Amino acid sequence: MTPDAPPSGAPAESLYGPRSYRVWGDDALAGQFLEVSMGPHHPSTHGVFRMDVVLDGETVVRLKPVFGYLHRNHEKLAEGMSWLGSMPYTDRLDYLCSMTNNWAYALAVEKLAGLGVPERAEYIRVIVGELTRLVNHICLAGFLLADLGALGTPLLYAFREREKILDVFEEISGARMMCNYMRFGGVRADLSPEVLQKIARIVDRFPAFLDEFERLVSGNEILLSRCQGVGVLPRDLAVNAGVTGPMLRASGVDYDLRKVDRYGIYDRFEFRVPLGEHGDVYDRYMLRILEMRESISILRQALAQMPEKGEILHPQAKLRNFRPKPGEAYGRIEGPKGELGFYLISDGGVCPYRYRVRPPSFINLTVLEDMCLGQKVADVIVIFGSVDIVLGEADR
Amino acid sequence: MFGLGLIKGLAVTARNLIGSYFDRERMTTVCYPEEIRPPIENFRNFPFLVYDERPDDLRCVACKICEKECPPQCIFIIQRRDDQGRPVKQPEVFDIDLSVCMSCAICVEVCPFDAIKMDHKFDYPSDNRFRGLLADKMQLARSNAYYHSIRPTEAAEVDARLAAETAKKAKPAPLPAKPNASAAPSA
Amino acid sequence: MNAERFAAQFPGVQWDAATSSWIVPHEILLDVANFLKTDPEFRMEMLSNVTGVDRLPAKVKTKGEDGKETEHERPGYLEVVYHFYSVSRKQGPLVLRCRTEGRETPILPSITPLFRSAEFQEREIFDLFGIVFSGHPDLRRILMWDEFEDFPMRKDYVEPDDYEWEPTPHDAVLVKARRRQVADSAPPRHDA
Repeated sequence: MTPDAPPSGAPAESLYGPRSYRVWGDDALAGQFLEVSMGPHHPSTHGVFRMDVVLDGETVVRLKPVFGYLHRNHEKLAEGMSWLGSMPYTDRLDYLCSMTNNWAYALAVEKLAGLGVPERAEYIRVIVGELTRLVNHICLAGFLLADLGALGTPLLYAFREREKILDVFEEISGARMMCNYMRFGGVRADLSPEVLQKIARIVDRFPAFLDEFERLVSGNEILLSRCQGVGVLPRDLAVNAGVTGPMLRASGVDYDLRKVDRYGIYDRFEFRVPLGEHGDVYDRYMLRILEMRESISILRQALAQMPEKGEILHPQAKLRNFRPKPGEAYGRIEGPKGELGFYLISDGGVCPYRYRVRPPSFINLTVLEDMCLGQKVADVIVIFGSVDIVLGEADR
Repeated sequence: MFGLGLIKGLAVTARNLIGSYFDRERMTTVCYPEEIRPPIENFRNFPFLVYDERPDDLRCVACKICEKECPPQCIFIIQRRDDQGRPVKQPEVFDIDLSVCMSCAICVEVCPFDAIKMDHKFDYPSDNRFRGLLADKMQLARSNAYYHSIRPTEAAEVDARLAAETAKKAKPAPLPAKPNASAAPSA
Repeated sequence: MNAERFAAQFPGVQWDAATSSWIVPHEILLDVANFLKTDPEFRMEMLSNVTGVDRLPAKVKTKGEDGKETEHERPGYLEVVYHFYSVSRKQGPLVLRCRTEGRETPILPSITPLFRSAEFQEREIFDLFGIVFSGHPDLRRILMWDEFEDFPMRKDYVEPDDYEWEPTPHDAVLVKARRRQVADSAPPRHDA
């Protein structure tokens, strides 16, 4: 906070050096304002993220996100590394959903190199991808509730179920979070019948857990009053600001890449796309719960349709000396957080010429200020929690 | 009724509290380190080098493929040379910097000789950030029997494959000066 | 067809078959983007991805009309690539590329007034590639700290000499390690 506000009341000359902010004229800042630096070490910033918040009383009049605390220039690293070598690094982007990160990167490289994926590998990808969606969404629900003050209980229930899925990931890939599981043209290891049985068991029990979870919190009066009508994101702004994933659909835009692009084999499954009406925090929360139910339906279909045997790696796929022909490709998938895209340019060498990640966490934060303006400072935490970001991906 | 949602939620908490005494699904944690969950076979942590008979006679032939492919560049190999200065198919130095290794297992995937595998051991305490976490060839060497003990299915597959390869090679005149060519399991 | 109408509308726009994208002169970039956004046949309301590409000066071979290959010097440039999608018509991507003149003082018009999604991404490109977007409301560094001077994603970026001893140096780090050992002429600190 600034103990002595500058005489003009303009917080631009704050403790943190000059900044050029756009909206605020001198008249608007005539009163006494308080500049709060929220984060980077704040329990609800989900990592190291800072918000420069200017408050009028308790009302937010300006909010600027500050990034870069976890920046390691992932893109530059990848440009000095073999195509395969970046695969384990993609795990570390959004470290809650390494499987879908792998998938997006593999998809873009396959597009670039013209590689196909065998049938069984496609099913495996869908299964692990949807399990990842369950992991991410249930974590988000738990974290959001922890941000709301429900410390512990819902988050631990969520983690208990996540644990069972992570055990499966460990069994198939060797690691719980940094899976490094997919390869260009397939996946690295096959699913044994025992693992498939375990997955089927998880899928069977998950709806009961979701019911329980909803009984625990969804109708809770505190949750309703803290979330409904808070942080409304209008539909047009959401589209214009490139917001994707559950955030976009909570604002009522029917845009799910699994339906639009039908990448992989998503055209073989029947599922519905839940849409929100109000675009507030509660819609975003409920939408994720509904999406989990759809994911379970996809998982059931995938487990039923999956061929018993088959290749898991395309015969022309190469591990070493992989050199796609010169060209470029943009591959994107519906990650749990939104559209996760990889834009790759190859010059025919062993390293990518240009490697770009389109991070949903980063771009979804564009509208953070718009959602928070005029809200109370306590709601900033809730709105931020409902965006669902992981700083490993936002800062790269 | 206002407060009904709250009461419903509390009922769920109570059910979980009581249920955790009876239902394993509701109680997934254990009291580590008194109780340790059985390791999952595929679990990977840091790499080790496999030898068949003697620890100084590794399967590794110092081809440096893993050194080149390792994404964080944590492997360092120098090939051994004999008295005349000719290269020998053995590493003189094989260091892995465990502070840099990120357990991605790409070295295992690219190794054509099944010489490097992933270990289950995960506790490597040290009081020196640099030297203490630099594992050399002798620290990394593990017997094939150890490999069998931690990953029985995978090790059996590898042994079968190596045995098939040696049988194939044995038909033409066997290569001299390669005492470690026999990859029969010692376990 | 859409593409033909698009090409007829903007004669300056050039189709690049190798990358399946349109090369747009920077003078008309905003007009093109506005057309794509509002035209009922395109309705590209979502600018999904904005990214920079650095092209160093290079020698390129081009085939003349007589079939002879001629080699000439191509000046370096920076390029911004835009991926547009239509949410309402479920179309896309439509890729635009916009090139700067040279690499010394690269300036391009900002697309943020039309597409908010470019706000952070243009800041990122400014930060990492050093392209200045004129008309951007809040152009400052986003991922690197404000005092940082160079542009790390450029191909000719030289990292600062901040070598830290590590036991398994390779390639560039090894060169640094050797240079440091000579310069300091003292054993690395782990030996002390």
